[in-house]
Amino acid sequence: MMTKRLKVVWLGFLFSSVLVGCVQAPKPMYHWEAYERQLYENFKGGDGTNPEAQLLAMETSAQKASAAGSQLPPGFRAHMGLLCLKLGRDADAEQYLLAEKERFPESAQYMDFLLKRMKVAAK
Amino acid sequence: MRTVFIPRIARTFRLMTALAIGPVLVGCATPVPYDYTAFKQARPASMLVLPPLNETPEVIAPYGVLSQVTLPLSEAGYYVIPVGLMDESFKQNGVVNPAEAHEISSEKLREIFGADAAVLLKIKRYGTSYAVISSETTVAVEGKVVDLRTRQLLWQGSAQASSKEGEGGDQGGIVGLLIKAIVQQIVGTATDASYMYAGRASQRLLSPQKNGILYGPRSPNYQKD
Repeated sequence: MMTKRLKVVWLGFLFSSVLVGCVQAPKPMYHWEAYERQLYENFKGGDGTNPEAQLLAMETSAQKASAAGSQLPPGFRAHMGLLCLKLGRDADAEQYLLAEKERFPESAQYMDFLLKRMKVAAK
Repeated sequence: MRTVFIPRIARTFRLMTALAIGPVLVGCATPVPYDYTAFKQARPASMLVLPPLNETPEVIAPYGVLSQVTLPLSEAGYYVIPVGLMDESFKQNGVVNPAEAHEISSEKLREIFGADAAVLLKIKRYGTSYAVISSETTVAVEGKVVDLRTRQLLWQGSAQASSKEGEGGDQGGIVGLLIKAIVQQIVGTATDASYMYAGRASQRLLSPQKNGILYGPRSPNYQKD
């Protein structure tokens, strides 16, 4: 009898702990998918880094986000711009940097700095 | 047997009490509350994460961490200066060493990146250490948030994540332990376990929580903490 009573008490402890926990898991603000992994691969360089393939993966990811009505995270568009720069697609790069600036006005100063540099480099 | 006759209501009551006490016992630890005066005055909207200082022999460590700071900070409600471009900008300007980046004046950093605050990280541990009994993958990071407008320290903290967490139970004797250590070591390096723990450590360090950073302007929880 005693053990049964204890079991009920223990179940209570366990169950309520699971319910309360420490961390809430709210809905993420942004669509992440493999973005951070791509940043990592890009940093590591070497064989796994192919700007063209990365750009394609990011475009696919952006389409998925848009279909799901999710937001792309800070830096996502700008990073696509960086990949375009690496591929020599300067006009596309400019568009992505401008898109970053439009979506996140906090980036304006840095995006302007990069755009200005691109223009200087192009001359 | 008296207990048989305990009314159902009494048992329910006992269960309710257990439900109420459970969280208190398990709950979250309550350390000394952090002084957020400077943070609340500054209320930065954008963060520049500088290339992390590396106190470990793992060359890849700064990138393992740097690539995984955007998520927690963005989800906390901040704009994060794109880390890939930031790294590239430094390199193009001859800044190849994280320590050099940390020495650049806040005026200069603000002029280029336009961020309100800088996040300065130091990696204390990164990687898998082999031991006879068990290998362990640990990533430990220290962090500071400094206002680039006033140079004031807004927050500092540290976090770590390790493969040792949640391990235990029967290990199958000493032979089992040895095999496990070798398997862990191989798996640990092959699948880049450090990268995974770097992600966990970064999230723990840079997510709003007790004594953690505060929510930023883009979060629905902004100024509610």
